[in-house]
Amino acid sequence: MEVLVCVKRVPAAGARVPLTGDGRDIDTRHLGFTIGPHEECAVEEAVRLVAAHGGRVTVLAVGPAECAEQVRYALAMGADRGVLVDAGRSDPDPEATAGAITQAVRTLTGGEEPFDLLLFGDCSADAGHHQVGIRVATGLGLPIVSGVKALEVAGDGLRMRREAGDGVEVYRVPLPAAAAVREGLNLPRYPSLPGRLRARKAELRTVAVEPEPGGLRTVRLRQPADDRAAVVVLGHGAAAAPAVVDVLDELGVV
Amino acid sequence: MLLTVVEDREPTPEVCALARSLDPVVEAVAYGADPGPRELARWGVTAVHRIRHELLDAYAPEGYGEALAQLVARLRPSGVLAAATEHGTEILAHAAARAGLPLATDCVSVTGGDPWRLVRSRGGGMLLEEAELAAPVKLVTVAPAAAVPAAGPPHAVGECAVAEFVPELEPRHVRARVVERAARTEGTGLATASVVVSGGRGVGSAEGYAVLEELAGLLGGAVGCSRVATGNGWRPHRDQVGLTGTRIAPEVYLACGISGATQHWVGCMDARTIIAVNTDPDAAMVARADYAVIGDLHEVLPAMVAEIRARRSVHSGPVVSEERG
Ligand SMILES: Cc1cc2nc3c(=O)[nH]c(=O)nc-3n(C[C@H](O)[C@H](O)[C@H](O)COP(=O)(O)OP(=O)(O)OC[C@H]3O[C@@H](n4cnc5c(N)ncnc54)[C@H](O)[C@@H]3O)c2cc1C
Ligand SMILES: Nc1ncnc2c1ncn2[C@@H]1O[C@H](COP(=O)(O)O)[C@@H](O)[C@H]1O
Repeated sequence: MEVLVCVKRVPAAGARVPLTGDGRDIDTRHLGFTIGPHEECAVEEAVRLVAAHGGRVTVLAVGPAECAEQVRYALAMGADRGVLVDAGRSDPDPEATAGAITQAVRTLTGGEEPFDLLLFGDCSADAGHHQVGIRVATGLGLPIVSGVKALEVAGDGLRMRREAGDGVEVYRVPLPAAAAVREGLNLPRYPSLPGRLRARKAELRTVAVEPEPGGLRTVRLRQPADDRAAVVVLGHGAAAAPAVVDVLDELGVV
Repeated sequence: MLLTVVEDREPTPEVCALARSLDPVVEAVAYGADPGPRELARWGVTAVHRIRHELLDAYAPEGYGEALAQLVARLRPSGVLAAATEHGTEILAHAAARAGLPLATDCVSVTGGDPWRLVRSRGGGMLLEEAELAAPVKLVTVAPAAAVPAAGPPHAVGECAVAEFVPELEPRHVRARVVERAARTEGTGLATASVVVSGGRGVGSAEGYAVLEELAGLLGGAVGCSRVATGNGWRPHRDQVGLTGTRIAPEVYLACGISGATQHWVGCMDARTIIAVNTDPDAAMVARADYAVIGDLHEVLPAMVAEIRARRSVHSGPVVSEERG
C-alpha cells in the first residue's frame, strides 16, 4: 500500500501565542516548531498500515526549507520517503496550499506507483482551515472522509468511523481514497534512536510548484481579550484543603 | 440573495442573524428532511431550496457538496453561510473545492462589502485572525461563539416558499457515504459533567489518577487530563481536555498539575469556576484560574478528600447525636 501523509510545520506555542509587532504573524523567535497532533496520528496510522499490508509511507510538507525538520520527524517515526514542496511563498492560503500539494502529487506519481491512500490532519494546528485535504482529494478525484477517529482496511476498501453531532458515523470507501484524521485515532509512538539516526541521514526530495493564489487573505492576527478576574490564592499545600472545600461548598458541588 | 445551510431542520440563530446583516434577502438550503418553512420564515428566510436525490438518502460529504455547488451555480447568491459543525464545515469545503471558490471557516464576525472583512477564530479561540474574502460567491462557516448582529432573532412571520432542487449526481459522487450510524457512547461523561477533576504531567503516572478518581467520585464529577497524560498512555484520549480533545464548560474545573498551555486552556476556559493546584505559583494555569492552591497535588488532593469525608460524616452521624444531647 502506497500511503502519502501531508504534514505542516507550525510554531509550538505554550501559555501564550506571541505575535510580531505588526500583528502580521506569530513571533517565532523563541518558539520551537512541530507538526499538529492530528498529523502525528496520520503518520502513525500510515506506518502501521504499511507494516501490516506492505508498501511505503511518503511524507510531504509544503513550506520553507526548514520544513525538513518536521519531515525528518515523520521519517524517524517510521515513514520511508520525505518530500519538501517549495511553493515559493511564505504562508499560502488554503487554496494555494491544496494546489501545491495536488501539483506535487502529480509530479511524484508521474510514471510511478500512484498513492492508494492520502492522509491529512483534520485541520492544521495553526490556521485550522478544515479544507486542504478536501481540496486535494477533489483535485485528484479521490473520495475523502474528514474527522476520522478509526480506520481499517476492509476488503478492497476502507472502513472509517467518526463522530458527528451527538452520533457516530461509519463510512465504507473504495481505494484509492483520502482521509483527514483526528487525534485519538491511535497513540503515536515516540521516534526511536535508530529511527532518528536514519531520518537524519535520509535524502529528501524537493518539488517546486507554482500554485494559484486563492481568495482568502490574512490581514492581521490578534490575541483574544482575557477578561477573567485576578486569581485568589487559597493557600499552600495540604493546609489549603478546607479553604478549597469551602469554595466547592459555596459553588454547591460538594 | 444569500444562502444559509440548514442542518437538522433547525435554523441556527447565529447563522440566520449574521446572514440578515449581510444581505436583505436570505434563502435556505436543506437536504431531504422537512425544512420547517414556518420556523425559517420567523428568521426572515423567504425561500427554502430542498435538495432531493436518491443518491443522497444517506449522508455523503462529496454528494452533498456537489449538490450545493450546482445550486450555487444556478442561483448565484452573494454568499453561503453554514454553522461550523462537522457537517456544515465539510459540506461547504466540498462545495468550495468543486466550485473553485475560497472558504473562510470558524468566523466570529463578518462585515459585508467587497471583499468581505471577517474575523476567524483560530485554534478554538487561541488567536483571532482578521482576513479578507474576495470571491464572486463568498463561503463562510460561522463559529458558535460568533457575535450575533443586533438585527436580532425571530421577527414578523412572513412567507417562506419551498422549492425542490434535484441535482445531477452520479454514483462517483457518493463513494464516501454513511453506511451505519450509532449513538455516541464514549466521551460524553466528560462533556456533560458539572465537575471535572483534571490532571496533567504533575500526576506523574497512570496510578496517580486514583486520587483524582476518588475526588471526582465524591463530587459526582468526571476525570479529565492534559495531552501529556494521553501521550504518555496514562489516560485514554476521550479524557483529554483541549483543542484536540474535548471542549468542556463545567461548573467547576479543577486543574491539577497542568501548566495551562493555550491548547489546553481553550478546552476549559468556558468553565464557570476554575481552580488550579500547582507547585509552580507562576504557572499560566494559576494566573488564569479563579482560585489556586500552590502545592503538590499528591498532598492537596488527599487532604481535600479527607476534608470532604470529614464534613459529610459530621453532617450525618455526630450532628444527630449532638441534637439528641
Ligand atoms: C496543535 C496542538 C494541540 C494541542 N492540543 C492539546 C489538547 O487538546 N489538550 C492539552 O492538554 N494539550 C494540548 N496540546 C499540548 C499543550 O501544548 C501542552 O504541551 C500540554 O497541555 C501540557 O500538559 P501539562 O500541563 O500536563 O504538562 P506541562 O506543561 O509539563 O505542565 C505540568 C505542570 O504540572 C506542575 N506540576 C508538576 N508536578 C506537580 C505536582 N506534584 N503537583 C502539582 N503540580 C505539579 C508543573 O508546575 C507544571 O505547571 C496541544 C499542542 C499542540 C501543538
Ligand atoms: N503547508 C502544508 N503542508 C503539508 N500539508 C498541509 C499544509 N497545510 C495543510 N496541510 C494538510 O492539510 C490538513 C488540513 O489543513 P487546514 O485545511 O489548514 O486545516 C493538515 O492537517 C495537513 O495534513
